[in-house]
Amino acid sequence: MEIDNQLDTLSMMNSDLGENAEQFLSFFLAGEEYGVDILRVQEIKCWDSATEIPNSPDYLKGVINLRGIIVPVVDLRLRFGLKEIDYTETTVVIVLRVENADKERTIGFIVDAVSDVYSIESDLLQAPPEMGDAIDLDFVRGLTAINDNMVVLLDIDHLVDTEESVGNQSLH
Amino acid sequence: MSIDMSQFHQVFFEESFEGLDIMETGLMDLDLGAADTEEINTIFRAAHSIKGGAGTFGFTDVASFTHVMETLLDEMRDGTREVTRKAVDLLLVSVDCLREMLSAVDAEEEIDQDRTKKLQNDLETILAEGSEASENTAVVVESGTENVVSGGVWSISFRPHSHLFKTGNDPVRMFRELELLGELTSKVETSKIPPFSEFDPEESYLSWEISLKSDCSEAEIQEIFEWVDEDCDLKIIQAAADKNEEPPQSLVVEASKAEVVTKAVVEKVPAIKKKTAKNTGNESSSIRVGTDKIDALINMVGELVITQSMLSQMSENFKIEDIERLKDGIDQLERNTREMQENVMQIRMLPISFSFNRFPRLVRDLASTLGKNIELKMSGEQTELDKTVMEKIGDPLVHLVRNSLDHGIEMPDVRKAAGKPEIGILQLNAFHEGGNIVIEIIDDGAGLNKERILSKARENGLIGENEVLPDEKIHELIFAPGFSTAAVVSDVSGRGVGMDVVMRNIRDLGGVVEIKSEEGVGSTFTIRLPLTLAILDGQLIRVGEHVYIIPLISIIESLQIELENCNKVAGKAELYKLRDEYISVMRLHELFNVIPNSTQLDNGLLVVAESEGQKVGLFVDDLMAQQQVVIKSLETNYQKVDGISGATILGDGTVAMILDLPGLAALSRKKQKTKPRILEEAVA
Repeated sequence: MEIDNQLDTLSMMNSDLGENAEQFLSFFLAGEEYGVDILRVQEIKCWDSATEIPNSPDYLKGVINLRGIIVPVVDLRLRFGLKEIDYTETTVVIVLRVENADKERTIGFIVDAVSDVYSIESDLLQAPPEMGDAIDLDFVRGLTAINDNMVVLLDIDHLVDTEESVGNQSLH
Repeated sequence: MSIDMSQFHQVFFEESFEGLDIMETGLMDLDLGAADTEEINTIFRAAHSIKGGAGTFGFTDVASFTHVMETLLDEMRDGTREVTRKAVDLLLVSVDCLREMLSAVDAEEEIDQDRTKKLQNDLETILAEGSEASENTAVVVESGTENVVSGGVWSISFRPHSHLFKTGNDPVRMFRELELLGELTSKVETSKIPPFSEFDPEESYLSWEISLKSDCSEAEIQEIFEWVDEDCDLKIIQAAADKNEEPPQSLVVEASKAEVVTKAVVEKVPAIKKKTAKNTGNESSSIRVGTDKIDALINMVGELVITQSMLSQMSENFKIEDIERLKDGIDQLERNTREMQENVMQIRMLPISFSFNRFPRLVRDLASTLGKNIELKMSGEQTELDKTVMEKIGDPLVHLVRNSLDHGIEMPDVRKAAGKPEIGILQLNAFHEGGNIVIEIIDDGAGLNKERILSKARENGLIGENEVLPDEKIHELIFAPGFSTAAVVSDVSGRGVGMDVVMRNIRDLGGVVEIKSEEGVGSTFTIRLPLTLAILDGQLIRVGEHVYIIPLISIIESLQIELENCNKVAGKAELYKLRDEYISVMRLHELFNVIPNSTQLDNGLLVVAESEGQKVGLFVDDLMAQQQVVIKSLETNYQKVDGISGATILGDGTVAMILDLPGLAALSRKKQKTKPRILEEAVA
């Protein structure tokens, strides 16, 4: 609840938008800051327990009951292959609306902490640099700098895309 | 006056399709030669409302087609025409055609004009033939009333009251219908149109003098104006054919102005059509519910509200002495909730006759195509089942019935030679049994030919060359993909796609099919389906800290494991000796990779359940409560999970997985192939 209110105030502060500006909700994950399109955010929940799905990839923490809807929850740290940590007081689930393959789905993502809401002019968005085959960057939409800190803007639709293929691999 | 008519289209189509079903059933029941007037009336009324509705919504093709059908039916109703097989057949084909037309209009596609025209001609031919034949009766009618006069000119004075539009009527439609009767000329009277500043677009200011050259009866004209009887001054006078009534001069002068107004009204129609194109995209299915069911629900809600207010009153100054009353109140709340749940489920329940109704027609048509004599007997049409289940079971049922007709019941001469009555009997039964609905399709035909099934299965490589199978297994082979024993591939069945689809559809619904067949005596297909897909009775089980749900209906028994009854095959597959049979043991913790309380078989319980006709044992830590659970799909936001059929939300708000036993069995087979020896270590 508290976080929700915080969000409201933040978005109000940023209401003086430029025409080409988009708003992003940013969050922390292992010290790095990431952003997602704020229009896709359905809600932010405190982390509670989830029911495990058998034989699912380990980054899939399970499913939760979101007011009668069954929503899968992905640990973004594990998804990115980062070190697993114990969940703390700031650990939250960002529930996002994800669209791919003509299907709209609701998926929760566990992150270390929510940070801020930014309005970013589209011309300040930098395309991700080519990193060869080392990292699959399909789900990175762009980079931007806020107060000299890099923020990675994620394309959540693609995030699930690649995730599904990973999921299928581990299942079969 | 711009009401968006498209919002009523869906209702119209639904009603029309229902009407068509009524017509079809009625026509099937008609006794040739001695038809019951009441039945013809029922058919007529259905046709009439379709025509009326189609006219209202501007589906002129449909309206004019139905009109011809209606005329034929009308003559039958009056007794001026005999109910012949030819006429009934033609009407049945017309019902089909009409259904297609309506579907085409609904989907905004082109209507198959050629077919419609041809049928309409056929109908008209039959009508023409009939009127000659029944001329003598017509004379009698003529002398009795002034209704039937031929070749006249009618002058109709139609003066709608100003509130006509508000009753939902539109003169344009009446004119369209009048036009169907004969040659129409009309003069409009516009003197009542007020100055523009006072003009109320929702009021009607026009009136008409119409002259109609037609040999119709006064009753037919009256009928067109039936809906507006109360809202207009209507005079219908028959003018002599040669007398051309001169309209008052003033009208002619203003005619051009009037044309503009009428045109505006007419132009509205295409605009409406365009709008529907957008609307049909998000069409939703609807369901007709008896008012008694709704009333019961409202009563229930009333009780719920009372209980709720009682509880909230109690909480205002709660004393510990009140604890008993609080418990009572909560019990009552529980009862209310359960009753309400049952009632809401009732609303989704429809009698299976919705699905059965198509069979008399299907059997009749097929029997005549195949040249067989078949009598259809149905029972339990009022058995209720969930709407979704009904929609999905329709096609498999049709397939099974066609199959019985085509492959099951023999030709009359064959039957005679076998000493059976020439008329084959096909029975459709439906009844409730436990939490299931059972549908039986029984024929007294040749039965399944085991030899032919076996040789075909060998040919297709479905079974080994020298494999010996019990009868049951042989019968089940017909559900294998790509299997068809029909000597000749007919357009009825025999392409070999089908039975496996039937099987799959039924399995998807959580049902099973059983076959009993005896050569020369007949076959029985028994379909068992759950009553609803939304809620199931579940047995909660625990493995470690995880709670799962097994559908109660598939559980046979639960027992404590005695180690001396455990056996192992090739060190891998575990078997448990249950009385005199061996069942395979699946360890849930291994299938799902979770940590159990104990891997020792004698520390846990074995849940014996049925999966695809076989008994399997599930090794779990503990049994918990039994409760009804609401099934939620995992696929909405995630994907299909092996061994899980869905999820549900328990009383404490947490999510629990519902187990899918056939899926678990498949998972277990897969795991056994990949992980050979782990089981042994676990037991040791």
